[in-house]
Amino acid sequence: MTVTVDPALAGDARRERRFFLSLSLPALFIVGLAAILPILWIIRQSFLTTGGEYTVANYSKVLSSGLTWSALVTTLELSLGTLAICILLGTPLALALASARPRVANLLMAFVMLPLWTAILVRTYGWLVLLRRDGLINAALTGSGLTAEPLPLVYNFTGTLIGMVHYMLPLFLLPVYAAMRDIDPNLIRAAASMGATLGQVIRTVIMPLSAGGIFSGSVIVLIYSIGFFITPAVLGGGKVNPLSTRIERALSTFQDWGSASVLGILLLVLMALIGVMLLAARRLLAQNTVAASHA
Amino acid sequence: MLEAYPQNRLARIVLWSFAALVMAFLMLPTLVVVPLSFSASNLLEFPPHAYSLRWYENFFGSATWMAALRTSLILGTLTALIAVPFALLACISMNRLGGKTAASIQGILLTPSVTPGILLAIGLFFVLAAQRLVGTLFGVLVGHVVLAVPVACIVLLPALARFDWNQVQAARSLGADWARAVGGIIVPQLQLSLLSATLMAFLTSLDESVISIFIASGRNSTMPKLMFLSLRDQIDPTIAAISTLWTAIVVVVVVIVALRQKA
Repeated sequence: MTVTVDPALAGDARRERRFFLSLSLPALFIVGLAAILPILWIIRQSFLTTGGEYTVANYSKVLSSGLTWSALVTTLELSLGTLAICILLGTPLALALASARPRVANLLMAFVMLPLWTAILVRTYGWLVLLRRDGLINAALTGSGLTAEPLPLVYNFTGTLIGMVHYMLPLFLLPVYAAMRDIDPNLIRAAASMGATLGQVIRTVIMPLSAGGIFSGSVIVLIYSIGFFITPAVLGGGKVNPLSTRIERALSTFQDWGSASVLGILLLVLMALIGVMLLAARRLLAQNTVAASHA
Repeated sequence: MLEAYPQNRLARIVLWSFAALVMAFLMLPTLVVVPLSFSASNLLEFPPHAYSLRWYENFFGSATWMAALRTSLILGTLTALIAVPFALLACISMNRLGGKTAASIQGILLTPSVTPGILLAIGLFFVLAAQRLVGTLFGVLVGHVVLAVPVACIVLLPALARFDWNQVQAARSLGADWARAVGGIIVPQLQLSLLSATLMAFLTSLDESVISIFIASGRNSTMPKLMFLSLRDQIDPTIAAISTLWTAIVVVVVVIVALRQKA
């Protein structure tokens, strides 16, 4: 049976759809103007000389520089290092919080989220106070006689990594904690009643069921780490230079818009590559989960 | 969750000690600045030997910091006032359209929050430079609005999903125009979510640093930009006072949002 629609009503529906679509226009316009146009402008700028003529000289200059490649390596080292430490610190913390009573867990989560709500520069300042040569941690270490000399904890790779892990850990924790909270406790009781040890339960029940959360958390950490600027700029003390601080230096110190744009494009390409790899990883993860549930 | 394993006390103690250390790591840098801000000394001593309010006086007595505070508060307010209505309209649109159209709109609106800040900042810098708008309040505002829109959408979209659209249909069939229906029905019912969205948009702007560092300058410098510059040069306990005040404000805002949502 075919339903004949009154043409007037169909017209109304179309008009209503157009109206609802138009409600998105202000928000879409601002995103177009202040996010998409700027990215396209970076691409354009990367092909321009200072005089405004088209050139590929910016690319040959940036790509032939050893600094660029060391910046790429530093970017990857910082991002992957941050991710690895987040997984090591965040997964056990999420497990502890998920196993606590809901009231306790909610209260502790509020404390864990405190850094997320603290301004990034406030936290960076806090780390400077703690990690400097005459900072609190070194004062405690030398004061107690654990080390004779103050340790170089900041204005280097270590300090940058500490600051970045501190920024990313709450972001990583949220999806992992949510995934672990959603695990049906009966599954764990069932496994326990059939003689599984705690280690076996963690390995064969809890970890597979929180893999999705760990994956989401890792994606978030990577997305934010790749272009992270404030922490390397302050805690790196000029000695740790991923792509982001190179871009700033090219633009602010050298007024070299061409090089800054090419470095920006490299950052975009790196994001895209990681995006593709993550999509592939997710497909693999989904297949494994399906295979495991059929086994 | 692990109550089926009461006999594994040792494992539990190890797990919780580890968790406590990680939580201490997370809270340490925020908490450590509080006592320092009340120190009487120029040095960063911990715990301070004598206490004073001199760093707070320093902050409130400094014309530069006060100008930056004013800029940041104006920017935050304007950002929230622009971003929240834009986000509300877009969320109504996505809620009604549904399906692939809504998903594509959402995808576009979320791009700014997954794009590295440094890329948005230099791109915006180039665009504004072409219009000779670098250093203006307008330039920074545009950058902050584009970051606040996705934040507001994340709060408003689930709230609209719980909203019963039939009420709007009823109002419309009784002769209310769209403005009346949105202002008289949707806004009052989403009051709490709109308040949360406004505060989150305000905080997004207040904390935004990368765009400010590149676009804001001179009289229009924001608090994060000034803090960034002074952290690079030298460490002054004035920053500890600012940090303490800032964190106190943020905690108050977050507690208000949390209590409101519970009520």
